[in-house]
Amino acid sequence: MENNNSSKLVPYPSNALVTERDLHKPPVLEVNHLGIDFGGLTAVDDFSIIIGRTEIAGLIGPNGAGKTTVFNLLTNVYKPTRGNILLNGYSTSGKTTAQVNRMGIARTFQNIRLFSKMSVIDNVKVGMHMSVKENFLSSLSHGFGYSKAEKIANERALELLDFFSMADLAKAQAGSLPYGAQRRLEIIRALATNPSIVLLDEPAAGMNPSETAELMENIRRIRDTFNIAIMLIEHDMSLVMGICEGICVLNYGKIIAKGSPDEIKKNPTVIEAYLGKKKEAQD
Amino acid sequence: MTTFIQTLIDGLSLGSIYALIALGYTMVYGIAKMLNFAHGDVIMVGAYAVIASVSMASLPPVVGLILSVVICAALGILIEFLAYKPLRKSPSLAVLITAIGVSYLLQNLALLIFGSEQLSFPQVINLPDFAFAGVQIKGVTLATLVITAVIMIALTLFIKTTKLGKAMRASSEDKDAAELMGISVNRTISITFAIGSALAAIAGIFYGASYVYIKPTTGAMPGIKAFTAAVFGGIGSIPGAMLGGIILGIIEKFSQAYISTLWADAIVFGVLVLMLVIKPTGLLGKDIKEKV
Amino acid sequence: MKNNVLKKLFSKNSITIYIVVAIYAIFSSLLYTDNLSRQLTNMLISVSCYIVLAVSLNLVVGFLGELSLGHACFMSVGLFTGCISSVLMSNVIPSVYIRLPIAMILGGLAAAAVGFVIGLPALRLKGDYLAIVTLACGEIVKNAITNINMTVESADFEFNGAIGLNTNKYGIYIKDVGELLPYAIVLVFVTIIVMMNISKSKAGRCIMAIRDNRIAAESIGINVTYYKLIVFVLAAFFAGMAGVLYGHGNSFAAASKFDYNMSIEILVIVVLGGMGSVRGSIIAAIILRALPEMLREFSDYRMLLYSVLLIVIMILNANPKFADLKGNLSIPKIISRLKNKDKTVKEAK
Repeated sequence: MENNNSSKLVPYPSNALVTERDLHKPPVLEVNHLGIDFGGLTAVDDFSIIIGRTEIAGLIGPNGAGKTTVFNLLTNVYKPTRGNILLNGYSTSGKTTAQVNRMGIARTFQNIRLFSKMSVIDNVKVGMHMSVKENFLSSLSHGFGYSKAEKIANERALELLDFFSMADLAKAQAGSLPYGAQRRLEIIRALATNPSIVLLDEPAAGMNPSETAELMENIRRIRDTFNIAIMLIEHDMSLVMGICEGICVLNYGKIIAKGSPDEIKKNPTVIEAYLGKKKEAQD
Repeated sequence: MTTFIQTLIDGLSLGSIYALIALGYTMVYGIAKMLNFAHGDVIMVGAYAVIASVSMASLPPVVGLILSVVICAALGILIEFLAYKPLRKSPSLAVLITAIGVSYLLQNLALLIFGSEQLSFPQVINLPDFAFAGVQIKGVTLATLVITAVIMIALTLFIKTTKLGKAMRASSEDKDAAELMGISVNRTISITFAIGSALAAIAGIFYGASYVYIKPTTGAMPGIKAFTAAVFGGIGSIPGAMLGGIILGIIEKFSQAYISTLWADAIVFGVLVLMLVIKPTGLLGKDIKEKV
Repeated sequence: MKNNVLKKLFSKNSITIYIVVAIYAIFSSLLYTDNLSRQLTNMLISVSCYIVLAVSLNLVVGFLGELSLGHACFMSVGLFTGCISSVLMSNVIPSVYIRLPIAMILGGLAAAAVGFVIGLPALRLKGDYLAIVTLACGEIVKNAITNINMTVESADFEFNGAIGLNTNKYGIYIKDVGELLPYAIVLVFVTIIVMMNISKSKAGRCIMAIRDNRIAAESIGINVTYYKLIVFVLAAFFAGMAGVLYGHGNSFAAASKFDYNMSIEILVIVVLGGMGSVRGSIIAAIILRALPEMLREFSDYRMLLYSVLLIVIMILNANPKFADLKGNLSIPKIISRLKNKDKTVKEAK
């Protein structure tokens, strides 16, 4: 066992994407010894990680390792039993899920959670609600700056949709979209909240290889265009190894390895977790 | 002191009736995950069935009582089959609205058949009154307490030990898994409705015997209060329903006796609201985490 | 640009407004030329009240997706607060016609305050539990009003909640429907426009997002608590105003009338009109209130029919085949089909 589980192992991306200025800022996400128990059962324990600005990080592990639970902890859907989370240097402890989002974490869900009865563009506009300059009075009366606010919101929403070539679907009902488009819309909605990090929960689930390739391209484009960090849970190793700069492997709720894709690929503990233990006799 | 004991016994008696109704709510909620709003009106049907068979058709009381229970059990199955089964996969809002529809349907059918005038419930339970340490206990009250206790023990044993009871528990935990284990979930749900409605019929009989007058809306209030009791005890939990029913009955009688008859209902509902706000899972209920 | 104006003129919401304008234009012109039967005249105010009640309840049921079974209690709170304050103001403002709008706002505010209080426990609850809590709160409010006993000697006013309020005795009963109708029309239009505006605004989008998926709504930073409260308060406000109008249009008002049966009657209107559809609520309110009045013999079967309709509509809605059928019968679909037909005919030529 070479790798220890100290807290600062996921490196800043070594490529040129991190500018000098970024390095002086605190990392986007700093998680220290996070853990949660469900009725005596420890689901996640001692989870520590640092994610730099504009880093693409991967969270992998066998089924039931606690990956989605980590996302739920990061977004305060579950209140952590132990540990703390610093988002852009500020602690998220005691905040609601909504407040955590406003502090800068947006996410997608493993089982898609769109606002299925609303139109595609409304799904995006509702994501932008914090930046739409409409107070309650103007919502009721459609006066007091309503038209201007709606116009800006519409334009921005269409821009975002266009970024994923979905502008022509703006008026469609979100629930009626094909599967792949629904996944894309969920990412757009998350981006609309203007986050500093997006958590993607199995974004490639149910996609064919060409769709996955397109998704990889999109994830890179998101990072480069919006200058945000991305953390993703994914089972598709080609995607994870292809785009992630830092990878964290989870098994039975604990981090068993952290490092660059190459390091993870060679790590014997990871191989063991995925493929099972080699027989003693062969050793 | 006499008033205190008298009130306590009255409360226990009313609480037993609530407990019987609450059992139906809690069993149906546990297995079908729906609030059967019409459950309270089954009590009214049970009471009217006795009136129709004993007072109107002059059948012997025992036949009337059995008939009442059978009719209600059949009604429970019918309601489930016609109104709730098509909505098994619908959102809870749709199911609740349908249940409200069923409740109104039963009330208005009773209104058309029996009229809006209240009818008096026949003397089917003829037991002498007791005098104990200066406290008058009606025969009906005692019968209510004893029979309820017997039913509750029997029901607990039924659910714990029989095959059908196991099927019920399994279906309430996980319908798909139960189906894969060879349990017919549809049949189990039907039987749950039948048992719940039969209990409601018994509650209706005791209610009629204690409060004498029956009208089409008779079931609504006890129904809602019994739901309160089920929630109070922890919905889905059978001992919880019993406990909740009895506590609620006692609270109601004590507020009537010591605070004000006018405020009694408000107090009972106030207890519900407080309970739901402070501990939505009730006294004995389990906390279910929403899956994200 | 011209296209946009046209679009706005024929948008779904504008058409709803046209329908309501047309209905009120017809009925008020008949009323003011003395051509309206007594029966229909008497109905005008009550139907208007029910439109306001149904449309405001639709905000809770259709837009927020939560079931409220206590809507009648807001009407009751509004009615008694508004009417009593109107009586107490009579020394300062002699004209009942000036006092009415003030009373409506006071009644609306009182109902909104009660809506806020009821909304508070609702924040922690959802679904069946929330529905039952609104029912319980409604009954508690009814109980509380029944227990009110107040005497104001300076205004020679006495109110016993158990008996009710005799509006006629205190001179706030406006017997002439022609005099009360303008108030009703204004209230109906304000309610409809506000509700339709909300559905096309930031607040409305957030509310509908909570309905469609609460967890996702939280994940994008929507303050679920805030919007739930807003919905309850706003719906209660309009129901309260409707209550004040109702009180001024009837010579007597008793608290016991505003029980959960009435709440359910309003719910029936919302469900039959279509949850989330303002226009549906309006049409259903008119039909369901007017039909039984016009067909007296039918009134015995009214509630029976309502209950059967509730069940049948919910079951049909759950059936995907019926949803397709309904979709195909909607006006825009029919128009587009006709257009396509024209095209194919032309192409064939």
